[in-house]
Amino acid sequence: MKAFTSLVARDLRLAWREGGAISTALGFYLVVVAILPLGLGPDLNLLARIAPGILWVALLLAALLSVDRIFHNDHEDGTLEIIALGPLPLELVAAAKATAHWISIGIPLTLAAPILALLLNLPANAFWVLVLTMATGTPAISFLGALGAALTLGLGRGGLLLALLILPLYAPVLIFGVAAMNAVITGPSPFLSSYLILCAITLATIVLAPIASAAALRLNLN
Amino acid sequence: MKLALKDLKCVRGGRTVFEGLSLNVRDGTGVELTGPNGSGKSSLLRMLAGFIPAAAGHIHLEGGDNDVSLGEQCHYVGHLNGVKRALSVQENLAFWTEYLGGGEIESALSAFDLENLSHIPAGLLSAGQARRLGLARLALVHRPVWLLDEPSVSLDKGSRKFLSTAIASHIKAGGIVIAATHAPLGVKFAQSLKLGTGGRS
Repeated sequence: MKAFTSLVARDLRLAWREGGAISTALGFYLVVVAILPLGLGPDLNLLARIAPGILWVALLLAALLSVDRIFHNDHEDGTLEIIALGPLPLELVAAAKATAHWISIGIPLTLAAPILALLLNLPANAFWVLVLTMATGTPAISFLGALGAALTLGLGRGGLLLALLILPLYAPVLIFGVAAMNAVITGPSPFLSSYLILCAITLATIVLAPIASAAALRLNLN
Repeated sequence: MKLALKDLKCVRGGRTVFEGLSLNVRDGTGVELTGPNGSGKSSLLRMLAGFIPAAAGHIHLEGGDNDVSLGEQCHYVGHLNGVKRALSVQENLAFWTEYLGGGEIESALSAFDLENLSHIPAGLLSAGQARRLGLARLALVHRPVWLLDEPSVSLDKGSRKFLSTAIASHIKAGGIVIAATHAPLGVKFAQSLKLGTGGRS
């Protein structure tokens, strides 16, 4: 357990020191959300209707920017080899690094979402469900991202391939995250059914993605 | 304690790098691995660390801790230092102490003459200093088997002395050191293993 927390703490400290990933993700999120109304025109009703979808898709893209860094730096400077010889099985190493990614990227993006929702005229009664669904869905985004990062590790230009691999896997999170929000805004489908499926997706991802990530990492150390 | 390698075979990319390799290393022994480029020195060390599965044969550490893998009882020093540039020298070692469950940072710093650099970000270190920081892990965390792949790369004459002192004292304390090297490390190795010419298929 100490090894797990020390790895999470080190990754958070590195994310803070290096700084770039968090501000890039937040900046990208802001720009995408801000630029879409310019393209769609100032129709407030239209914006309110599509706001959940825009906020979610932009969040996925913003998270995707930093996901390829999850293992890349440790692989490049040889740290991953030493970590692999430590007391943690690679499954838990992957889980620790995905957790650190969620704390450093997922949480800031979740907290930024309600501010950006103002730009899109999101109905006031949907703000709480926006934060709730994103807080629930972002761990799945980080853990699936870690899987993609492990698979594309060591490829020269893995970033684009990573997006191709991972974005389809994000679809269920997107569908049920947006469905839960629309249930509150427009009805008539019940909020809880979509939200609970989103919870199930996240829980299953947290368990399964590290196992697959560890298998990919083993191949990469070979 | 005895590290036993029996009939090891290594295949990389469809090419047999070496086969039928057997070696017994008792505790308190150093082994010098030599051989031309591509003869499988690095592959053998990575195989011992558990990164590469053996195509045939097996590796066993008699008298080791049977609950953990051989890799967890090894220090592997490869071509990369495993140094985080954004962390200071001290913080780099502090992480390894916490993660690997190690000992005193101060003694590891002095073993590789890093005391004066302890608060400098590792990104500002020269190549030789960064190498010393990578090697300081050896003194920081006790592990019985050391696998060293060209450990003296980019070290100057003075720094090489710190390395040879560390290796010699580890051997004296009953450890096992297997080092692949082209340049002499300044340590008397009891055993030496010369790998083949490579390029055979």
